[in-house]
Amino acid sequence: MSTVSSTIPEAKPNYLTSDFSIKSWLLTTDHKRIGILYLISISLMFLLGGILAGLIRLELLTPTGDVFQPENYNKIFTMHGVVMIFFFLIPSIPATLGNFLIPLMIGARDLAFPRINLLSWYIYLVGGVLTLSAMALGGVDTGWTFYTPYSSTYSNTYVMLTALGVFVSGFSSILTGLNFIVTIHRMRAPGLTWFRLPLFVWGHYATSLIMILGTPVVAVTILLVALERGLRIGFFDPALGGDPVLFQHLFWFYSHPAVYIMILPGMGVQSELIAAMSRKKVFGYEVVAISSVAIAVIGFLVWGHHMFVSSQSWYAGLVFSFLSFLVAVPSAIKVFNWTATLYRGSNAFLTPMLYAYGFIGLFTIGGLTGLFLSAMGLDVHMHDTYFVVAHFHYVMVGGAIMAFLGGLHFWWPKMTGRMYYEPLARLSAVLIFVGFNLTFFPQFILGYLGMPRRYHAYPEEFQVLNVLSTAGATVLAIGYLFPATYLLYSLFKGEKAPANPWNAKGLEWEQAPSPPPTFNFDHTPEVHEPAYAYAPEKEKEVVHS
Amino acid sequence: MSTHSVTAGNPAAVLHHFDTAEQQRDAATLGMWLFLITEVMFFGGFFTAYICYRHYYYDAFVAASHTLNIPLGAFNTAVLICSSLTMAMAVHSAQLGQRKKIVTYLLLTMLLGATFLGVKTIEYADKFEHHHVPGPNFSFPGVENAQLFFSLYFGMTGLHAAHMVVGIGVMIPMLLAAMKGKYTSDYYTPVENFGLYWHFVDIVWIFLFPLLYLLGGHLTPGGGAHH
Amino acid sequence: MSAQNGSGETHHIVPVKAYLGVFAFLMVMTVVTVVVSWVDLGIFNTLVAMLIAVAKAIAVVMIFMHVRWANKLARLFVAGGFFWLLLLFVLVMMDYFQRATLGF
Ligand SMILES: [Cu+2]
Repeated sequence: MSTVSSTIPEAKPNYLTSDFSIKSWLLTTDHKRIGILYLISISLMFLLGGILAGLIRLELLTPTGDVFQPENYNKIFTMHGVVMIFFFLIPSIPATLGNFLIPLMIGARDLAFPRINLLSWYIYLVGGVLTLSAMALGGVDTGWTFYTPYSSTYSNTYVMLTALGVFVSGFSSILTGLNFIVTIHRMRAPGLTWFRLPLFVWGHYATSLIMILGTPVVAVTILLVALERGLRIGFFDPALGGDPVLFQHLFWFYSHPAVYIMILPGMGVQSELIAAMSRKKVFGYEVVAISSVAIAVIGFLVWGHHMFVSSQSWYAGLVFSFLSFLVAVPSAIKVFNWTATLYRGSNAFLTPMLYAYGFIGLFTIGGLTGLFLSAMGLDVHMHDTYFVVAHFHYVMVGGAIMAFLGGLHFWWPKMTGRMYYEPLARLSAVLIFVGFNLTFFPQFILGYLGMPRRYHAYPEEFQVLNVLSTAGATVLAIGYLFPATYLLYSLFKGEKAPANPWNAKGLEWEQAPSPPPTFNFDHTPEVHEPAYAYAPEKEKEVVHS
Repeated sequence: MSTHSVTAGNPAAVLHHFDTAEQQRDAATLGMWLFLITEVMFFGGFFTAYICYRHYYYDAFVAASHTLNIPLGAFNTAVLICSSLTMAMAVHSAQLGQRKKIVTYLLLTMLLGATFLGVKTIEYADKFEHHHVPGPNFSFPGVENAQLFFSLYFGMTGLHAAHMVVGIGVMIPMLLAAMKGKYTSDYYTPVENFGLYWHFVDIVWIFLFPLLYLLGGHLTPGGGAHH
Repeated sequence: MSAQNGSGETHHIVPVKAYLGVFAFLMVMTVVTVVVSWVDLGIFNTLVAMLIAVAKAIAVVMIFMHVRWANKLARLFVAGGFFWLLLLFVLVMMDYFQRATLGF
């Protein structure tokens, strides 16, 4: 890894300039181009989901339901959830940054199955088109959780078409996970042992495990709902002897771990940003690496915390509650270790780092409020209130999206070969942080005071906090529009990026130009040092002080 | 990868992003196993539902199970075991590069698979005749919640049968490739990985047969009799 | 390319005799499982049927699917996959089998 950027040959065609035809993009098997294709698709989905969120906040500006009919409001929050979770958050980091970076980080020329990688993008598109057409036809109102028997028997909206879209897109995420696991096992460069892998790769390995173990279960659950709805044969309908709670078990067996599909890659990004920007090895690297897998494993055993007030047995509730507390341990380890890494680091206040700071704070709030909800007694009070909404938005938006944006800025020069305009980027990072907190912190209070989620109207005493939240959403929306603008602008007018603008460690920075050529490396790189081998003398100083 | 370094007519060639044929083969096998794990979890949803409802409605499940035809079910189990053997032999022949034998064993496997599906059709037809198919026409006098058993029966065996149909479909191009001599002792990964899939489908049936057909102690031999 | 080795073993050529042995075992066990179902053993009927099914499945996985000769990684994934399914069963059963006893 000692090669410096000056020795990298320039002026050869890179993956972007090797072929400009549309066909070369649509039939590409290059993991980098597929990453870009995904980036475009999920950005459009994020825009759509964001507009729907805006409509929700618009309705909640006043206590009376004066903008939308109650049925339409139900459809809006359902579609916001479906789009954001299944079509933005789940593929967000893995399918874009993960796709782009994993082969580069492990010194491989591509993923193990490049054609399957392309297939996964097309499957994602088919799923997206199915779900979007359901929305165009009239939408769906079950909530993103599709709870039975409402979804299977009573709802008169386009449940089947939406569910089919979710079912189909699940296979794209299975294929991505399968591809990553095989790639990480079989394609590492010589010398790149497991404990030399960047933590980004560890995070994606853990994510992939969840993708292949969990996604099939939600797929079969959707299939059961479809059979019940289509043929009236009753798997979940109490009228036919079925048990709706079984649906919840099967659904959350996937959908709780799915939260970790969304956050683990973000944690991986976080480790990279903090190491590069504080110029230190991640404190307790091995523990952070193992904690990713621990989160994936324990995260599978906690799903019953969504069902404390269903008819789940009291005993099962106790066990699930205990296990939910347990999963906080590896998450806390990560937060502590990032903080310890920052200690006495030469911490730069560049844009990616601002997002990393934001992540630590917001994820900590989101995670700790999760513990409130996994306490059985407290959950009876908090269940289905805005407290839950605020909690998971702190994890998903404050955690996953902050990490996504931080990672996007960090690797933007590598992906596009251009630098973005730093002052504007810093400003928008601050704007997003402020807007986010203004949107969601009031919701903690609203939920604690008892405002239930998923209603279009509310008692007047909740209005002040709701107005604050809507105001925050406006700031947040403006904050998101900034990166969309200056990043696109940088493609045309941005300064040309050197191979390693951050002077960071890692094969993708040290061994490949920006942007990388189609097959990444001319020769398979060899690795002789651990990850994040930044200035060792400084580390010693820390140890002795 | 058609645009890259694969030489036409030489499928054993190492694709551009792999260093060795060994690495490429290993990756394919590992990928296949991961795919099968997703299949295990996929069927797992059905099995979970089976466990819960059987616990709730045990008597109804026993009564409903007694209407299934054990001799036909046992015969189909034997057919599938035979097909697993012929599949294993097809892989074995491929490893030894015996082209004609691969073709024979693949054909036998397809034939046995088709036999299984044929028997299944007979069983399904019988269920339709007796109104044991869940839905508006369902009738099972005297026993409540028997419909759930049949929902699971049709769901699980139907999903299993769908996997067999897909398997037979995949075998057709494989058979043609084997006839052309595409598989040699150096290159037989597709046959080997398909074999894993076929055996997996057999394993699913190994569990379905006792869980659906042999429920609750059939005290008299020839349990096909209707109660 | 990677640090893995021992992959040559994955492609072990299994003697035909082993296949025939497994085949005979599976056939005999099918007969046994049917015969046992005619004997009323109470709750043990299910237990015996499942033990036989697991034994048959292990035989298929080990010999027909070559896991006995596969590298550690493949074995780990196979075992892990089935273990994960077991976790799903056990945790769902924890709810269903306890609802009546605790009165919730
Ligand atoms: Cu959860």
